[in-house]
Amino acid sequence: MTQQAVRWTADQVLALAPDAASRKAGSKLGAAGPWSEAGSSDEGTVWGLCRGSGSKPYRTVIDIADSTGPAYQCSCPSRKFPCKHALGLLLLWAGADGTVPRGQAPDWAEQWIAGRRERAQEKRTAGGASGAASSGDPEAARRRAERRAVRITAGAAELEQRLADLLRGGLASAEQTGYGLWEETAARMVDAQAPGLAARVRELGTIPSSGPGWPVRLLEECALLHLLDQGWLRRERLPDDLAATVRSRVGISGSADGPPVRDRWLVLAQYDTADARLTTRRIWLYGAESGRTVLLLSYGAAGRAPELALPVGLIFEAEVSAYPGAGQLRAALGERFTPPAPTAIRPPGVTTSQATARYGEALRADPWLDSCPVTLDRVVPTPDGDSWQLADADGDLALPLTPSARSRPDLWRLVALSGGAPVTVFGECGHRGFTPLTAWAEEGTGDAVPLC
Amino acid sequence: MNTISASAGAPAGGSWEELVTVALLGTERRTPPGSTPGREAPVALLGAAAVETLRRRAGVRPARAAARPEPAARDPRPALPPAAARRLAMLLADRPGTGGGGRRGTAPDLMELLPQWLALANARGFAAPPQTLPALLDAARGRTDLRPAALAFAGPRALWLARLNQEWRFALRSSPGGGAALPGPEEAERVEQLWQEGLFAERVALLSAIRAKDPAAARDLLATTWATERAEDRLMFLDSLRSGLCADDEPFLERALADRSRNVRATAAELLSALPGSALAGRMAARAGSCVSLDRTGGTPTIVVEAPHECDAGMERDGVVPKAPAGRGERSWWLGQLVEAAPLGTWPERFGGRAPEEIVALPVADDWRAELHAAWCRAAVRQRDPGWSRALLGAPSAPEAGGPGAVSLAERSKLLATLGADERAEWVAGFIGTHGLSEAFQLLGVCAVPWAGALGRAVVDALNIARDAGSYPWSFSGVMGLAERCLDPAEAVRLDGLTSVPDESENAAPGAGGYWAEAFQRLVTTLRLRAAMASELAVP
Repeated sequence: MTQQAVRWTADQVLALAPDAASRKAGSKLGAAGPWSEAGSSDEGTVWGLCRGSGSKPYRTVIDIADSTGPAYQCSCPSRKFPCKHALGLLLLWAGADGTVPRGQAPDWAEQWIAGRRERAQEKRTAGGASGAASSGDPEAARRRAERRAVRITAGAAELEQRLADLLRGGLASAEQTGYGLWEETAARMVDAQAPGLAARVRELGTIPSSGPGWPVRLLEECALLHLLDQGWLRRERLPDDLAATVRSRVGISGSADGPPVRDRWLVLAQYDTADARLTTRRIWLYGAESGRTVLLLSYGAAGRAPELALPVGLIFEAEVSAYPGAGQLRAALGERFTPPAPTAIRPPGVTTSQATARYGEALRADPWLDSCPVTLDRVVPTPDGDSWQLADADGDLALPLTPSARSRPDLWRLVALSGGAPVTVFGECGHRGFTPLTAWAEEGTGDAVPLC
Repeated sequence: MNTISASAGAPAGGSWEELVTVALLGTERRTPPGSTPGREAPVALLGAAAVETLRRRAGVRPARAAARPEPAARDPRPALPPAAARRLAMLLADRPGTGGGGRRGTAPDLMELLPQWLALANARGFAAPPQTLPALLDAARGRTDLRPAALAFAGPRALWLARLNQEWRFALRSSPGGGAALPGPEEAERVEQLWQEGLFAERVALLSAIRAKDPAAARDLLATTWATERAEDRLMFLDSLRSGLCADDEPFLERALADRSRNVRATAAELLSALPGSALAGRMAARAGSCVSLDRTGGTPTIVVEAPHECDAGMERDGVVPKAPAGRGERSWWLGQLVEAAPLGTWPERFGGRAPEEIVALPVADDWRAELHAAWCRAAVRQRDPGWSRALLGAPSAPEAGGPGAVSLAERSKLLATLGADERAEWVAGFIGTHGLSEAFQLLGVCAVPWAGALGRAVVDALNIARDAGSYPWSFSGVMGLAERCLDPAEAVRLDGLTSVPDESENAAPGAGGYWAEAFQRLVTTLRLRAAMASELAVP
């Protein structure tokens, strides 16, 4: 463990913030004003007292030497993680202006660190011993999986019936039936333990009110749902890879049991989507050695930020393991070996026609894919009537932006960054168009500019 | 994908449009192409549609590119240091209303620091990071006071961007010619063309730009079309002569005294009276001199005032407004205007070579003192005469300086503005030392930022005294806010002792000590932030 020898940059610290509000609050506390008795130790502990509005200052302590990422402890009542005090203290420490001197940790900080290290040690030894125990009763697990498969099969069959009824009566009637019917069907799919099917069904319900061209979109989605049903019902006859894809699309999450790949991973993009129940964070990584692009997913309860946060544009060395399934880019982040650091590495880019070809090929492995990650090289954001496109700087072809991407304010950051000159853009390319997520300018600092 | 074609069969000539039509109507009414009617028809339709959907998706191709935008002009300024770029992003992210409202707590008010940051960045000549331009334009859109600095910092690319987005059109209006460079005085042809054909705002900008470089050329340009301009335009153009005003402007201004528009006449008269050597100033001096004289007959010399009995045509031509506002005697109204427009230099000779201080100290007969001193104040401000300003301001510790006297606080701050920065700070420091903070807000506003050492110490001491007196800090929130923005960051060290919660004294308002500690903490934090801001923007 030598990483604590290097002070982090403010960027690295801010990347830990769970949301924009915390980032702001934390950076306000990143000045010496409210802090007292701050210090850091050679073992990678940073501590300090932060005066808040109460009479007693908050005790903040951070362990930055942990291989799974920094750990925080603060006596404030915030439920944000890390809280603004932890961020502020790290910023102060990163600023290296002498307000966080090397020193001996006070007792309260030492106790917490000692407790942590002890627990980690226990876990490690316990993990070795209980490896067999946790997978405990393979027989019972198999029976559970079988019962679930039976339920899903019943759900898929019922869904097939629903779809057939819909097509028999015509999609035109779907406009009148409204959302309720789909909601009910989705609930049935949840009961059938097929969350993937449920999500798709819910999606179907929103299409009739999605504007002109809805019958085409509804037919497309119905057809793909039918394809998924059929894929599930005949999964025994599918190649293993495709069967795994069907299983994950239906909603049976496998485990990331692919061989761990150690690489230097460039963080391409990080963005959250939220519904009433869940915040989903997607992080795209690019392996500098392997050339692989992988997707990390992490979840937070509604209104709370997922725990995993990685700074866009920085690179770190770590192991990731892939989830099963053909064309599946999802992976799990394993051990991290270095903290994220700035880099000049950018993902290699392609032209717009190579990008669409790449999506087409990805569909071969996973027909339910809406988009695939692509880096476009030398494209110019170009206004096209009410819409925008990314046009090849050295050709006469262009990818239109997706409707949601062109209504986002981030579009203007991309346009401003380009200024009419070619830029490199990473994003998701699919049948609805391109969603820009991160861009690099050719001139200037060349830093990654997040667009989401 | 064998599995799909196996389950669905080839769509026998059935195009996608046909499939959509069948799907819309339903298989009860229409048979899908290449299928038989009956129970299996919907399934066949779904299968065929799945194949078609995938075929269509896999076959997605890029579209033809639209006409590409003209590239933005290059910004030759050096890029911001990374730390400063991060700071800017932080300041811009702090929109009003996002801070949870209500009590301000100990955290600094970042949006209030943006003007200072922009001024500093502009002074150092850095270019804005392009990706911050949308936020900068949004900030400038919401706050007109930020616009000049924000647009100057945003540079040519912001104008390029504004042409693409309706919401930022204001930026094009604020920079005449859509950001195209204004012609200099040496480009006679372009100047002539823009002056003849340009929009009003462009013409005003052109005139001001030329006036800044070559005052005479600007005046001559204006004279070419003066007779044909509309009255309100003449007023605006005349106003732009205010900068770089010199004796050579007199003939032109003198002609404008005969203008058809009363407002133009008044402005011309005002400009002429700011030229002590002008004929108008001479006429005014003579008129004022006949009204104000020194009576040496009594024991102490006394100023005697005999206000004019009428406003004749000559006075009116020289810009005196004949009709007094409601509630004011017209004779004193006229007197005020005469004294205000008369060169201050005439008074010492009229009063036996006395210096301004001595003149101000002379007793004035019959209650004319307030009227006369007020007129001198306006004259000192208009003629930017530090000697008279100093005399009229008096000693900052004088008892009448704080109370209602002949000179209001608003006038005092204007008088202060004619003094040098050091003298201004010293006077205000003296004022605060004697009178406290309750009247100081307006005066602090004219002091140079950051505050000079003595002034800063006076403010901090006064805040400390206010705290000990037991009042709540929000009675001083205006001064606190100013202090956050204007106090020299080096003073932060001296404030450390004030940030702790003091023991509650008997006469203090309940809880006030805690709020004061919070307010001082915010002050210290803001000062440290400003110090960090300045060091981040330092030229390497």
